[in-house]
Amino acid sequence: MAMPIFTPGDDPGSSFPELLRRIGLNPTTVDLAGATTQGLNVPHATTCVALRYADGVVMAGDRRATSGNLISHRGMEKVVQADRYSGVAIAGAAGPAMEMIKLFALQLEHYEKVEGSALSLEGKANQLSMMVRGNLPAAMQGMVVVPLFAGYDLRRKVGRLWSYDVTGGRYEEREYVATGSGSLHAGTVIKVGYREDLSRDDAVNLACRSLWEAADADSATGGPDALRGIYPVVATIGESGWNRLDDTELAARYETIAGEVRAR
Amino acid sequence: MSMPFYVAPEQVMKDRADYARKGIARGRAMVAVRYADGIALVAENPSNTLRKISEIYDRIAFAGVGKYNEFDQLRVAGVRAADLKGFQYSRDDVDARSLANQYAQILGQVFTHEMKPMEVEILVAEVGHDGSPDVLFHILYDGTVMDGGNFRVLGGDAEAISARMEEGFSADLDLGAAVRCATTALSGPDRTLVAEDLEVAMLSRANGRRCFQRLSDADVAALLTV
Repeated sequence: MAMPIFTPGDDPGSSFPELLRRIGLNPTTVDLAGATTQGLNVPHATTCVALRYADGVVMAGDRRATSGNLISHRGMEKVVQADRYSGVAIAGAAGPAMEMIKLFALQLEHYEKVEGSALSLEGKANQLSMMVRGNLPAAMQGMVVVPLFAGYDLRRKVGRLWSYDVTGGRYEEREYVATGSGSLHAGTVIKVGYREDLSRDDAVNLACRSLWEAADADSATGGPDALRGIYPVVATIGESGWNRLDDTELAARYETIAGEVRAR
Repeated sequence: MSMPFYVAPEQVMKDRADYARKGIARGRAMVAVRYADGIALVAENPSNTLRKISEIYDRIAFAGVGKYNEFDQLRVAGVRAADLKGFQYSRDDVDARSLANQYAQILGQVFTHEMKPMEVEILVAEVGHDGSPDVLFHILYDGTVMDGGNFRVLGGDAEAISARMEEGFSADLDLGAAVRCATTALSGPDRTLVAEDLEVAMLSRANGRRCFQRLSDADVAALLTV
């Protein structure tokens, strides 16, 4: 493949999707006209939450992917680092969702390298919005992708989070947000336990607890799996950037939660 | 009817090379040097916004001297080529050798076929991992590629700077020593360069996936004062 060089008037700028289109590798050409995905049973990713704490945000997501009533994958990572100061969590059709995350993370990095400075947090949220909108034709056929986006805003010195709808609608949330099949239960747990100015530690515990309750009530959400050593992905994003909690720490936190449940 | 003048091809090439070399010699030089944990890139550049050194990919950096708009165009093309390859195949498939070859093709093509050669010299540096070696590809205005060595000097007065680097360099320098060695070589016997005159970045194996890191003036000043 030749090195892509453009004349100044024809330059795709810092947009990676535009570059892909220009050289004929368009990622969004999913032509599903007339097709139906009813009987397709593609894997679906489920519950993710994000909440703000005093100096950042916590993101958490379970690891299960389901196809109908079957568990198709136990170790899927739906909460993914987008760049140093932001992350995406995705619920919905797993294939397009993972492709969207990959392209999104790449776009942020591409922009940063071409321009020499990173996008603002709002700019990143807007970029994701356009990608979700681009997926609308596929969403109409059942391949719905609904992400959460959270990050640390270096200009305003706060953690911020956004939820999306299938049309690319972007809504900034002030406290917390949950998405996916177990979102009702997970969201309720956070709603009850939420206070302003939670510490990082308390916020992580609350996120872990919300996924526990979601897994307890929703068959498509996976709980902590001590047998296989699979725990939800939990990460915090603060002034020092993305920080994913390791499994030993999560195992200890879930052991505490299990103890509390046993004592009830 | 007037006849076009005959100019010998040797003369055409020589004129073009002289033109390019003159343009490059007007700018300030840069040095890339291997150290224990990666590659340090040190450029004499008083500007804090117009960069000579930048990131191309996880383990690959780019540096250019000469005409800014020309090497910046090459830099962006390199970022695009690397990101496209990583997207299409895998991040592991992006390597400096292939980029250096593509740059050489472009520079060679422009040198022989365009009105004016590019007045640039560029460097593609890749830090090795898991036992693979660090590589420095130095590409000239006419598409000549040179690789290997523990350091590379680009720009005007390269020979004198290389000689001074030869004196100061030893294997397994630490970052501070490598930056000091490069700074001494760039400044020469008659002047002293301070942090504000320099643009310094490194490709460090210790940085995780994206090895590239810029050093602020304060960081550089701290490294220089030891």
